[in-house]
Amino acid sequence: MAAGDLLSNIELISPSQFAKEKIQAVQDYALLSARAVANLFRRPLYVADMIQQADLIGVGSLSIVLLTGFFTGAALALNSANTLQRFGSLTLIAQLVSVSMVRELGPVLTALMVAGRNASGMASEIGSMIVTEQIDAMRALGTDPVKKLVTPRVIATVFMLFFLTILADLLGLFGGAVLSTLSFGIDWHQYWSSGWQILVYQDVFTGLVKPVLFGFIISTVGCYYGMSAHGGTQGVGRATTQAVVASSLLVVVVDTVVTRLLMTVFGTR
Amino acid sequence: MAAPPNAIEERLESTTSSAAPVVRFENVSMGFEDKTVLDEISFHLPRGETKAVFGVAGSGKSTILKLALGLLKPDAGSIYVLGNDITQMREEELFELRRKVGIVFQESALFDSLSVRENVAFRLMEEGNISDEEIERRVREVLSFVELEHTLDKFPAELSGGMRRRVAIARAIITEPEILLYDSPTAGLDPVTSTTIVELIVKQRDVYKTSSLMVTHRLQDAFVMASHYFDRQTNRMRRLPPGARGEVPMSFLILRDGKVIFDGDAQDLAHSKDEYIREYIS
Repeated sequence: MAAGDLLSNIELISPSQFAKEKIQAVQDYALLSARAVANLFRRPLYVADMIQQADLIGVGSLSIVLLTGFFTGAALALNSANTLQRFGSLTLIAQLVSVSMVRELGPVLTALMVAGRNASGMASEIGSMIVTEQIDAMRALGTDPVKKLVTPRVIATVFMLFFLTILADLLGLFGGAVLSTLSFGIDWHQYWSSGWQILVYQDVFTGLVKPVLFGFIISTVGCYYGMSAHGGTQGVGRATTQAVVASSLLVVVVDTVVTRLLMTVFGTR
Repeated sequence: MAAPPNAIEERLESTTSSAAPVVRFENVSMGFEDKTVLDEISFHLPRGETKAVFGVAGSGKSTILKLALGLLKPDAGSIYVLGNDITQMREEELFELRRKVGIVFQESALFDSLSVRENVAFRLMEEGNISDEEIERRVREVLSFVELEHTLDKFPAELSGGMRRRVAIARAIITEPEILLYDSPTAGLDPVTSTTIVELIVKQRDVYKTSSLMVTHRLQDAFVMASHYFDRQTNRMRRLPPGARGEVPMSFLILRDGKVIFDGDAQDLAHSKDEYIREYIS
């Protein structure tokens, strides 16, 4: 195909139209999120669907989250040890791993793993239902697809990400402990003792608020892209990719904002 | 073929017919991305009648069904379903109304992760106040109606296209809806399976007196429906005796360039002088 033909096939869009589409997308996302939350207070609640999703999202993501947590903790200990050794402060390794994992790396990396695995899964599953008219069929049968499909996924993701993050934090500390003990000869009990004592209320609070927000973002973004899929199987593929990219990006952006906000509320350590 | 269940038959037989149309479109317009698909169309579907909707691809036939169910909102005009102006109703209110309307989608739109039993029972399970035994009984009843009782535990992917279409019909009629909407129910099926589907639609029309809008490309299906009736004695579709055409509640609606160019019965259609219509039905 000649370059001219190729260019003629590209649809140009005016800046104002582009802006309108983006604003419309934000509005649709906000409405979907609001409806997903509001449905919590309407019957029926679809508890069985919530439990099924919790199993798929939580138990299904367990292995990758545990492995990520373990190796992140170990790599963090390894990298920190080099710097700490120069200042003769190798014993601080547990404190560094502990605070970093609980406040930041545990929530963010767990969220990114779950986003990669589940935002894509939600977008592709719901997207496939959209292009095969299953969502229209559900509406036609008198069932609200947001209530039946989106709300259970949001609740399950928020709930399970909270516990997955706690497990990732623990495995991160464990990975750091294994590496510190084996490679740098740090005493096992001393590691756990100092790692535990350095944590204060605001660290734990920060580390546990984030997964709730991230879980909400991952599930609503995944469902939103699924619900707005169009253009057959290619459209579903596009929606899946966009869901992972958008949810991952939103997780790191919101992480920065929330960290700053909580530092303002609690003050810096 | 098993005889239709007496309980349902009796219940529907006792329903008094009303002169008020069950579906009414008034000056409805609808467009997609600057293209007008429906341009101020008006028609109505009387209670108990089946109306076949024709038109070339992209003429807005399926859009009419989605509008009638409130799945799409028109750009202009009013749509009345069972006396309710659905263009003024919120989605939550529409969920209630949709329980009285069944639809068979062109590609069946069965839930692929659910078994045939769960697909057919979906609406009943959503009601939440029906016992498992009652659900099982009604699922078996409607699957027996479409002669697919043996597929209860199969998944849609394990069924042929015709079987999927029949399961979709079973799912649509399980709550005994007042209106049925068929979107190309015989598209892509072999002649034998198509006849089976047409027979089911005729049975639904003549035995249960359900009002229907049927979108189709296949003129011959609609003519078969206009020239046949369902004989309850033999449980088979039979040709009307000579000279008895027009005895069955069947009408035709043809769309062209977003407008309704014909709305009448088979005899009117056969005697139409319009060149486009003559070419269309030839």
